[in-house]
Amino acid sequence: MSEVKMVPYPSRSIVPERDVNERPVLEAMHLGVNFGGLHAVEEFNITVGKTEIAGLIGPNGAGKTTVFNLLTKVYQPTTGTILLDGKDTSNMNSVAVNKAGIARTFQNIRLFNNLTVEDNVKLGLHNSIKYTTLEGILRMPRYWKGEKESHERAMDLLKIFDMQDMAKLKASSLPYGAQRRLEIVRALATNPKLLLLDEPAAGMNPSETAELMNTIRQIRDDFGIAIMLIEHDMNLVMGVCEGIAVLNYGRIIAKGTPSEIQNNQEVIEAYLGKQKEA
Amino acid sequence: MKNSNNAPRSNFLSNISKTTRSNFITYGIIIVVYVIMQILVNAGAVSNLIRGQLIPICVFATMAVSLNLCVGILGELSLGHAGFMSVGAFTGAVAIACMESAIPSPILRLILGMLIGAVFAAIAGVIIGIPVLKLNGDYLAIVTLAFGEIIRSIFTNVYVGLDSAGLHFSILNRIKAAEDGKMIINGAIGLTGIKPIATFFMAALLLLVTLIIVFNLINSKTGRAVMALRDNQIAAQSIGISIPKFKLMAFVISAAIAGAAGTMFAENYSTMLATKFDFNTSILILVFVVLGGLGNIRGSIIAAAVLTLLPELLRSVKDYRMLAYAIILIVVMIFKNSPSIQAKMALMRSKKTARKKTKKASIGKEA
Repeated sequence: MSEVKMVPYPSRSIVPERDVNERPVLEAMHLGVNFGGLHAVEEFNITVGKTEIAGLIGPNGAGKTTVFNLLTKVYQPTTGTILLDGKDTSNMNSVAVNKAGIARTFQNIRLFNNLTVEDNVKLGLHNSIKYTTLEGILRMPRYWKGEKESHERAMDLLKIFDMQDMAKLKASSLPYGAQRRLEIVRALATNPKLLLLDEPAAGMNPSETAELMNTIRQIRDDFGIAIMLIEHDMNLVMGVCEGIAVLNYGRIIAKGTPSEIQNNQEVIEAYLGKQKEA
Repeated sequence: MKNSNNAPRSNFLSNISKTTRSNFITYGIIIVVYVIMQILVNAGAVSNLIRGQLIPICVFATMAVSLNLCVGILGELSLGHAGFMSVGAFTGAVAIACMESAIPSPILRLILGMLIGAVFAAIAGVIIGIPVLKLNGDYLAIVTLAFGEIIRSIFTNVYVGLDSAGLHFSILNRIKAAEDGKMIINGAIGLTGIKPIATFFMAALLLLVTLIIVFNLINSKTGRAVMALRDNQIAAQSIGISIPKFKLMAFVISAAIAGAAGTMFAENYSTMLATKFDFNTSILILVFVVLGGLGNIRGSIIAAAVLTLLPELLRSVKDYRMLAYAIILIVVMIFKNSPSIQAKMALMRSKKTARKKTKKASIGKEA
């Protein structure tokens, strides 16, 4: 295990009222990445409380997904540190980061298309199923026990989105919205401390989005985890997020509660452009 | 549909029994075909030509299953699968020759020989798998292609002799065993002086054991992880599945099975040339897999059996033999890849299942 660094607090959480006495689950400090000469993300500082729902918004190409890729080590950051529950993740790869407690979904859906819905969820449970490959090949009692438990757990997780009926279908045969929901279930199956959702409402209609808002809150309450989401649907972001960070050209231009963000002049300019002086 | 959420337990049982049922059907087919062939052979109703092909069919079906694990399930192209077969054939045959006086039972000797062949092939798999499987892309195809050729040229230049003084081993330098001994591997002449101990029963058993291993692997968490890598590596990593670990595991198991099959193959003949396991053989096994369907284990067995028999059955048309073989291959591929034919087949299948479902539903209501 990498060495444990303590986090200085009181935390610089987006919403200090939440989790103020607790160590934040995620703290990114001076995070940055260069692609060649391009500074895709610079000086990214964010703190997410233990059970906070945080939003990351910004115009297209602002670097939001890049931030997720840095947090999950799809890209290695060139500068900065990421502390997950107080643990430094700088020596970890994607697999280790997931085991340490970050799960994510993808903007362009990445399911295991040729496997069933149930198998997709069971893959999320992979590291919590306790039997070895040899026990699997020889069909030892632990195999049957492990498979039975994982099936029941998978069904429970699918119940979150009422998808038990689809368990036997191929993942690729699901409608778009259900595929997005399945990705969330699969991520939740890894038992994360922090769930990163990359545009969870993309391609959903308004009623589905409203339902998703409730589900996101429900997931936070039921699992007691932090959720950070990237989203362009402002109704969802303003409705569900307790703290929001706005990204533009790879830098954070504003942090605050939804109402603060809505009235922030710099944010309005980033989205709509500057008003011409009369 | 609606009331299925009140019975997750029965769902679990029906799910397990469904995949298990399909696997047991495959095991059953193998056993039934074996029994029928054995009866026919005993009754003398099978021509010598086909009788000679029984063991090679089992061996190549095993090879096809093993390559399907690598290509169809793992999704990594291997063009040197005959190389692993070769490693298994030569190491296993040497081991069996050495054990000849120590272990009188040929069946036990064959089993031990296959295990040794499998271990050596697995070691070869680890050696080439560790550096290559960390890379993305078609590197494995290139490296295994080279591996097959390297193994072939190594075994054409190896001399292994056994006499009262023990085992003699040499590369490139021709050696001779003492008066009381014999050469086991004699350079370009290959494996010599094998007393064939492979039997149809053992070959069918090898195929059956291979099937059990592969099916059980696929339906375990390890198999799911391997298939996840095939479908989406970034997503697999994001849920904590290590890419090199599971790639290597599937590849090495595939190589080990090929090694065991290689030993069986060598023990079927009195001599065996290293050139038997060349690039053409690798491609032939790949043809079985592709024709039988990537990821379709039962299909690759059928393809291996048919395509091993076909050239022999076509001997009657003499010069046109390979032409007919090629035409049959092309026709099957057209049939398999034509969207219109596929759509019709899918339609027929869905109609069938729909009819079954309504039947079941009506029975359920009556009950």
